[in-house]
Amino acid sequence: MAAEVAAVVEEVRRGFESGRTRAYEWREAQIRAIARMIAEREGEITTALRDDLAKPEIESYLHEVSMAKSSCMFALKELKNWVKPEKVKSSITTYPSTAEIVSEPLGVVLVISAWNYPFLLSIDPIVGAVAAGNAVVLKPSELAPATSSLFAKILPEYVDNSCIKVVEGAVPETTALLEQEWDKIFYTGNGKVARIVMAAAAKHLTPVVLELGGKSPVVVDSNIDLDVAAKRIVVGKWGCNNGQACIAPDYIVTTKSFAPQLVDALKTTLEKFYGKDPLASKDLSRIVNFNHFNRLTSLLDDEGISDKIVYGGQRDEKGLKIAPTLLLNVPNDSPILKDEIFGPLLPIVTVDEVEDSFNIIKSKTKPLAAYLFTKNKKLEEEFVKNISSGGMLINDIALHLSNPYLPFGGVGESGTGSYHGKFSFDAFSHKKAVLSRGFGGEARARYPPYTPQKQRILRGLIDGSIISLLLALFGFPRD
Amino acid sequence: MEEGLESEVGEVRGAFESGRTRSLSWRRSQLRALLKLLKDEEDDIFKALKEDVGKHHVEAFRDEVGVLIKSIDFALGEIKRWMAPQRVWVPLVAFPTTAEVVPEPLGVVLIFSCWNFPLNLSLEPLIGAICAGNGVVLKPSELAPATSQFLACNIPKYLDSKAVKVVQGGAEVGQQLLELKWDKIFFTGGRRVGQIVMTAAAKHLTPVAIEVGGKCPAIIDSFTTAKDRKVTVERVVGGKWGPCAGQACIAIDYLLVEEEFAPVLVELLKATIAKFFTAREYVSRIVNKHHFERLSRLLEDKEVAASIKHGGLRDPENLFIEPTILLNPPLDTEIMTEEIFGPLLPIITLKKIEDSIEFVRARPKPLVIYAFTHNETLKKRIVEETSSGSVTFNDAIIQFLLDALPFGGIGQSGFGQYHGKYSFDLFSHRKSVVRRSFLTEFSFRYPPWDERKLQLLRYAYSFDYVRFVLYFLGLKR
Repeated sequence: MAAEVAAVVEEVRRGFESGRTRAYEWREAQIRAIARMIAEREGEITTALRDDLAKPEIESYLHEVSMAKSSCMFALKELKNWVKPEKVKSSITTYPSTAEIVSEPLGVVLVISAWNYPFLLSIDPIVGAVAAGNAVVLKPSELAPATSSLFAKILPEYVDNSCIKVVEGAVPETTALLEQEWDKIFYTGNGKVARIVMAAAAKHLTPVVLELGGKSPVVVDSNIDLDVAAKRIVVGKWGCNNGQACIAPDYIVTTKSFAPQLVDALKTTLEKFYGKDPLASKDLSRIVNFNHFNRLTSLLDDEGISDKIVYGGQRDEKGLKIAPTLLLNVPNDSPILKDEIFGPLLPIVTVDEVEDSFNIIKSKTKPLAAYLFTKNKKLEEEFVKNISSGGMLINDIALHLSNPYLPFGGVGESGTGSYHGKFSFDAFSHKKAVLSRGFGGEARARYPPYTPQKQRILRGLIDGSIISLLLALFGFPRD
Repeated sequence: MEEGLESEVGEVRGAFESGRTRSLSWRRSQLRALLKLLKDEEDDIFKALKEDVGKHHVEAFRDEVGVLIKSIDFALGEIKRWMAPQRVWVPLVAFPTTAEVVPEPLGVVLIFSCWNFPLNLSLEPLIGAICAGNGVVLKPSELAPATSQFLACNIPKYLDSKAVKVVQGGAEVGQQLLELKWDKIFFTGGRRVGQIVMTAAAKHLTPVAIEVGGKCPAIIDSFTTAKDRKVTVERVVGGKWGPCAGQACIAIDYLLVEEEFAPVLVELLKATIAKFFTAREYVSRIVNKHHFERLSRLLEDKEVAASIKHGGLRDPENLFIEPTILLNPPLDTEIMTEEIFGPLLPIITLKKIEDSIEFVRARPKPLVIYAFTHNETLKKRIVEETSSGSVTFNDAIIQFLLDALPFGGIGQSGFGQYHGKYSFDLFSHRKSVVRRSFLTEFSFRYPPWDERKLQLLRYAYSFDYVRFVLYFLGLKR
């Protein structure tokens, strides 16, 4: 099997070496083909997402299909600008010269995607890689098998198969892929596997982009429009794959005095959105598999936790469903406050003053997203200044990832590198500096034998002195 | 693990957490302090570089001190602009919303520098890290002990000694430092150690920048005018033996020329070498016995030795190897398969100059490709058909001086770019910040879902405002 994987990579590398992927027309054609695939096969895509995650149709449209399509359209619109070299100012020390920065493809890249947005998280990086002129191998997540096999089936029908391939599989296939030599590896997933990916990349000094997660906090001030805030929090948490999203709210921090109102507002909103029996609602994704179902239910069944549940907690093991669950004031050392929840459980932590929330957030690793609901401009400023996270959103949830002008990525444990829009193109490009000098303007002062006069001229050049430049230009000192 | 080391690093982290490294005034004060250090301690710097690699003080100014002064001046002029958040476009449908990208420091960064430009390769990344507002620990190369000692003495004297520290030592100290958690690691050196650094960084998911080298080729076209020949040869000689006697990641490693032009080139090179290097002091020495022996071994192969056209003199006591030119050593010998990093210059001949493209492509991607030519078609082909960290036409080394150009490798020559604003970006995190208001609210964002909501979303997402409004008002089915 390792040999099969090596053969696939070998073929893709030959495809890249042929030079075909560097042509503007090729890149455009591939992205158009992917856009066509999304339009023509939307039904099958939505079905696969339903099979893998019981994802509601609107979520499949909103968060996967439509975003993947936007990614294609944006790239097609901007590609002409992205591929243009960037002219750069020269300086007195290198006069006369012209300089520019040329974007070139890295070569052959590996994209490993995650199971929660299995369609989008595969397409989005591929669009970037292809826009930058690379050849790509995609390894979709095996935990979303319907989407994985859909890719293996339909992608070859649309794109250039000699340069874009899908390799399905689990740990053995991924390990075999990681042993190959890549020009870049783009990984979306968790911190544990990310470490394995980076260690494998280190063997070849392969650069990586790691899109991970973390505990994305939501700080809720009392000075807000509670009704709107509650709606946005609920749809941002449970409307995103039932909390199984890297930027879904993981926990809330609010003041002791405001907590009761917030809890009530959340309860009301939850019932309005998902009804009295949320397990029966068609608008909630299910838990991806039994493993994660167990992981989440043990968080709830943990001692000292079950009596902190203030809403929800129901589960359906056969259907792999867990209802939206709110918890209030769980003990600080409970597992639910330690690792990323990635599910429909939302603990609410209370503090005396809302500013105390900052220390709680800073005591944990840097998250992918941090949220704050407040009308208080000063609090907002302090939050932006003091909290480090991949991205930040004030008074809403998750929307920042749909803006193609914003780099999307983590920091610290939540990852390294970013993408979306032009950032995707840049993530998969090498910015090659090209400097072109003329044969005039010889600064004799550069060359030995080194005399004090030469040193003076060099100093002058460094200081930007015009006299020195003139002396240098006219070839002083004469040998 | 040495307890002292952990607490030293802890102090830097404490300084960073206190928030003081984030202010513009702190960053500026550190940059100005570095400038003062470079100006006031210049004599000691020259002494240290002479001791470590036999670098002449004019070369030391040209390649290290002067470059740093330029970089700091540039940074001081630009830093406010770099630190400013950048507003980005937001679609009308999201009104009123603002979005911006805010650069923030990563935290505490670790810098490993190399022995060949021991001052520049320590302080150039340091400048970037400070500009970006980080705390820094610098581990200079132990193979340049005088410079390492100089930095250990003077950095605490001039800079904020709690936020910027120098840790001296060899591989063992490096190992210990790698066990700690950093927010970024910047490494300049050889490939093997680069792999060790990245593997250690993987344990903490620490992002890294790895600057290694490679065999930088110089493609020399056949020039006919005396002027072109003179300028070319002088720049080639300057680009090979000027920087630390060829012990530089961007030094010219080998030449590619048409076979007819080779004899002319060899003669011109010999003459220029004689003109420039009138005394031994104008060429750096080899850094140590280990590298001297490594370079000597490259010349041991019988066929390689037979290909020497000039030079070859070795003085083991003074670690001196004179500028040496070889003509067509066999391509499978070590001198042509490994980075030379020394004063030996192989010249490889080709039938026609265009063959150089294939030659370069067949080999690992170097840090720089140099080409001396007037031929615009050849230049275009080189840029489009080869891959390297950067390309420089008609000169050598000089690209290092331009703050506007990103400096770094690709493939085998590493990854991560710096210099100028690229340094600032390398040591920053770009945080997206979106601010929404409570004012406008779209009910179709929320469940329970139905077809109407889906259709409204379809229109909203394609920014089809007209259809959206019509549908919303019930005037369109």
